[in-house]
Amino acid sequence: MILVLAYCAVLFSFASGLLALMMNQRQTLLAVSQYCFKKFFHGNVHCRDWVNKNLKERRFPVFLRQAVFVLLGLSGVFAVLAGLAVIISKGIITGQIGLGLPWLPWHVRFDGLSGFFFLIIGIAVCAVSLYGPGYVSSYKENEHPFAVLGLFTGLFVAGMLLVLLADDAFMFMIAWELMSVASYFLVAFQHENSANRRAAFLYLLMAEVGALAIILAFGVLASFSDGFTFDALRESKLSVTWASIAFVLALLGFGMKAGIVPVHVWLPEAHPVAPSHISALMSGVMLKVALYGLIRFCFDLLGDVHWQWGVVLLLLGTFSALGGILYAMMQPNLKRLLAYSSVENIGIIFMVLGLAMIFMANGHPQLAALGFLAALFHAFNHALFKNLLFLGAGILHHQTHELNIDMMGGLIKKMPQTSVLFLVGCMSISSLPLFNGFVSEWLAFQTALQVDVLDNGVLRSLIPVSAAALALTAALAAACFVKVFGLIFLGQSRSRNSEKAHEVRYKGMLAGPALLAVLCFLFGIFPGVIIHLINNVSGQLLGQTLPNDSVVGWLWLAPVSAEQASYSAPLVLIGALIAAGVSYWYLRRNPLTVMRRANTWDCGFGGLTPRMQYTSSAFTMPFRRIFAKVWIIDEQINKDMQGAMNQDMAAVHYQLHIQDHSWPRLYQPIAQGVNRLAKQVGRIQTGNIRTYLGYSFATLLLLLWVIS
Amino acid sequence: MNIEQTDFYTQAILSMAALVGLTSFLMLGQGRLLRLIFVFALQGLLLTLTTALAAYSLDNPHLYISAVLTLVLKVIFIPWMLRREVVLMNMHRDVQALANKTVVMLGGASLMVFSYYVLHPIVQTTSPVMLNALAVSLSVVLLGMLLMISHRQAVAHVVGFMSIENGLFFAAIVATKGMPMVVELGIAFDVLVAAVLFGIFFLHIRTSIDSLDVDLLNRLHEVDK
Amino acid sequence: MNWLIAILQTMLFVVLAPLLAGWVKWCKCRLQNRKAPSLLQPYRDLFKLTHKQPVVSEQASWLFVTAPYIIFSATVLAASVVPLIAVDLPTSASADVIVMVGFFAFARFFLALAGLDIGTAFGGMGSSREMTISSLAEPAMLMAVFTLTMTASTTNLSGAIAHVLNEGLILRPSFVFALFALILVAIAETGRVPVDNPATHLELTMIHEAMILEYSGRHLALIEWASQLKLMLYGVLIANIFFPWGIADTFTAEALGYGLLAIMGKLALLAIILAIAETLVAKMRLFRVQEYLSFAYLLGLLGMLSHIILEASR
Repeated sequence: MILVLAYCAVLFSFASGLLALMMNQRQTLLAVSQYCFKKFFHGNVHCRDWVNKNLKERRFPVFLRQAVFVLLGLSGVFAVLAGLAVIISKGIITGQIGLGLPWLPWHVRFDGLSGFFFLIIGIAVCAVSLYGPGYVSSYKENEHPFAVLGLFTGLFVAGMLLVLLADDAFMFMIAWELMSVASYFLVAFQHENSANRRAAFLYLLMAEVGALAIILAFGVLASFSDGFTFDALRESKLSVTWASIAFVLALLGFGMKAGIVPVHVWLPEAHPVAPSHISALMSGVMLKVALYGLIRFCFDLLGDVHWQWGVVLLLLGTFSALGGILYAMMQPNLKRLLAYSSVENIGIIFMVLGLAMIFMANGHPQLAALGFLAALFHAFNHALFKNLLFLGAGILHHQTHELNIDMMGGLIKKMPQTSVLFLVGCMSISSLPLFNGFVSEWLAFQTALQVDVLDNGVLRSLIPVSAAALALTAALAAACFVKVFGLIFLGQSRSRNSEKAHEVRYKGMLAGPALLAVLCFLFGIFPGVIIHLINNVSGQLLGQTLPNDSVVGWLWLAPVSAEQASYSAPLVLIGALIAAGVSYWYLRRNPLTVMRRANTWDCGFGGLTPRMQYTSSAFTMPFRRIFAKVWIIDEQINKDMQGAMNQDMAAVHYQLHIQDHSWPRLYQPIAQGVNRLAKQVGRIQTGNIRTYLGYSFATLLLLLWVIS
Repeated sequence: MNIEQTDFYTQAILSMAALVGLTSFLMLGQGRLLRLIFVFALQGLLLTLTTALAAYSLDNPHLYISAVLTLVLKVIFIPWMLRREVVLMNMHRDVQALANKTVVMLGGASLMVFSYYVLHPIVQTTSPVMLNALAVSLSVVLLGMLLMISHRQAVAHVVGFMSIENGLFFAAIVATKGMPMVVELGIAFDVLVAAVLFGIFFLHIRTSIDSLDVDLLNRLHEVDK
Repeated sequence: MNWLIAILQTMLFVVLAPLLAGWVKWCKCRLQNRKAPSLLQPYRDLFKLTHKQPVVSEQASWLFVTAPYIIFSATVLAASVVPLIAVDLPTSASADVIVMVGFFAFARFFLALAGLDIGTAFGGMGSSREMTISSLAEPAMLMAVFTLTMTASTTNLSGAIAHVLNEGLILRPSFVFALFALILVAIAETGRVPVDNPATHLELTMIHEAMILEYSGRHLALIEWASQLKLMLYGVLIANIFFPWGIADTFTAEALGYGLLAIMGKLALLAIILAIAETLVAKMRLFRVQEYLSFAYLLGLLGMLSHIILEASR
């Protein structure tokens, strides 16, 4: 039954993709419907009128778009239902699909871990399908056909869901490729721009290299077992060396998809160019699927983990978290910034996962469960608020046609509802109390603080350092999102587009983010709900849950024990309301002190202009100076001189280019190496036909010699 | 072995160890010469206190003498002499920018951890307190070297060298409950001589290359570029 | 009973905070050979401000007007978590020390946004600087506090202080580092002299004042009060974590009164030290602050490492 729900989710997403193809088939549909009505339902006049009305020339595209997104939304709802059902029932459901090669049916397995990621995908897809119809309406049909967008969105979602269902390496890879390739087409959707094509190609390249690494990782496992089903892979007994090789390959493959520094470079390129709801899905959900792959591979298939792997994850996570947020801070492009911030969040998740692994390998499964809880909870939260922020960025782009933060400003008055939703997202991602981002960060700190139980000296000193880095990351994230919200929504408008902006007309475009914002707040106040679910997952996967008394009802959150640490968001909320209410009531009761509006103080000079405000690069200047080594900064100030002896300054041009270290340090050397190697290989291609014949002859001789 | 279970003397020694380590860090991050010398004197004072503490609790009167010796030499004489040199040569106004301060500090922190692990197998037979104190003294030695590597002024080099000696001295007090008097007097004399020699050395460098920046000593090398 | 004590203690915090600010000012004036204002002057200022009509810029949005209330309540919540005269607070259980740091972050987030809301260069400058400094100070603070929480193996602040209190005098090297780190952070976070100057409105040096330049009337009162509260909070943290003696661990009137006297004495002493330091030290250049704070961070880290290495070694 539960599996049927999951299948329904997959089928609905396929169906939405296929339905989108009907965009150009209006006449056919019309004919089919006429035929159907004539043949089967004679009397049903209302129904026929309704269908005819919707198939009219003008209504049809709108109707079809809505229908496609309704199907997608249904897929999301079913995914949520299936995920919840399987987690609550604590069941493991297996099945087979007779697709694929005849002697290799696809094995399907639906357990708590898959269920949890189903939940994540489901919520995100629901929000996106509320948001989608409004957003895609701005695309012109002849330039950006909806059929393409809808088809690949459906396939993309279906691919992600299938990855979670897969129980053998074949199906896993097919679903993985479906996800990757479909998302490639989505990234390349606005392909008229060469930069977009380049970004999409980079994405495809890295996705394929990653897939190759994953295939190799499965290959290593499979060579020690009989068969490619996950059950067989679980049974394989690997030596430590081979297990580590498999781990490194899997880490490379899944890490590339998840966007770990230094293999993150596709993220900031690909996310800004995709349509916003797609980048929401990619950043919020697809990265989580990669995370799922890594968890499945390490904790489930490989069996016993080693603490050294945990250290690798911890270090990579720390670097990604710090690097991600520092790079994010410098970006003036909103979607690029959000993409880098995804790198940061994935880094945090990896970090906590590494902690879980370390505790697991050192024989503290309960603490491992705590780390696992923090990691999965943060993954869930990140899906919520990153989706919210990307959808918000989409709204901003839709209304102002800008993505440059420096070109916005003052939108809080023009787009009040959007601004509130965006503020919730910013507060969650900055991990402020009362919101969900804080809870997972709190859990991460609690995990790191348990370091005292470990014996190993390296770990004992390493984990506090990474906790320190986590603290720094959180603080930098808050600074970064103060910049984002402050420059976009507050102050005065910096460009004409943002001056003219107004609230979106499509209610759906607000409803999608609103759903996510409400969830962000709700799970910030009642994190116990999700923690309960994750506890079931970790009970199934690690065989260990948090101690029963630790999750004391809905009011208290005490992951280790009530004496060690506790947090009660509802009480905090009540306290905050009381404090704010009392001060508000006390100060506002005097009618004489009603607020008066006046001009902003301009230091007596007169005329504050929007150009006097702080810009993105101005706001981040202290950070740029403090962490100067992190970026490649190219700062140029050119002065135009005029007048006698060129003494007067006419204009100053300021240019700032900030680049990632990973390009010149890692990728360019690799590219050069490949080119050089290719040249070497090119030498054997002489172009002379007799040489080629010679090669064939030599090969033949060699083969004969081998066979004999 | 937690600190709650140890006696007060051990706690005090450990705290002293931590403070000595801290002063080493302070020296590492110091750009101004006069302040560097001040911190060095502070380290000497901490050493004096440690020695006096050891003398008191171990009831070992000859350690008092060495405490006084430390006080006179490392807290008063050498800092005074270095200070005089700096003021005489008018270098106290220079602020010497450390190129990679953060990296140096982080390197220092990792050196501290490193010295702990290096000593771990060696001292496993003795008490953990000894291990900790020895680890700190080793890290003081290593930090002193790092100080010499990272700073360019010759005066800083001298301070680094002296702080290496401080580290050794601290280890000697904590681990062996004080060295024999003869050895100690010998070392004290050595340090004194070294300090005087350095003074003369400074004067010569100064007169020959008109600076105490050791990087400028490169000019003296034989092969022309 | 516990809740009552907690609420009373929070109110005590709120009421006493201006007094501490007045006392610091008084000491400073005395040290600098100036005539000091009355100790009650901050109360008079607050009273005056709350009875004035607030003037708000035309540019301001709802966020600007709401922010003072949010900032004030977040700071009050943070204060409710910190044991002032008695340990064993129920509020400390509902929000532990990480949450307390979170409250500060919350208040700061809105303060920085309010600075940006008007769209002046000053506001942006203040916000940018404040976020820079705090993003370096916050991790240092967490490191310092983690040293305490790892020693007491609880992140519940009153539990941790009770632990330190019960153990009696133990010299811990890690606490020495943590103390120094926390002092440095406290100075940076409360905008005291080497980092920021609370008494100046000079554009090149302003940080905190630049953000709140547009506030007036009750809004200004709330923000000023919140920053006085923050000063007291850090003072209490330093006093009660590292020198907890005197704090009440039973809820008898005698113990509570004794606790109140003890904390007032400790705070008065700390304020004198602060005043002396502020008189002796000159304000730093903005870009020296990072060195200062990274030193605090390093100290916090060293504290944590020396806890793990020196004190709980296996």
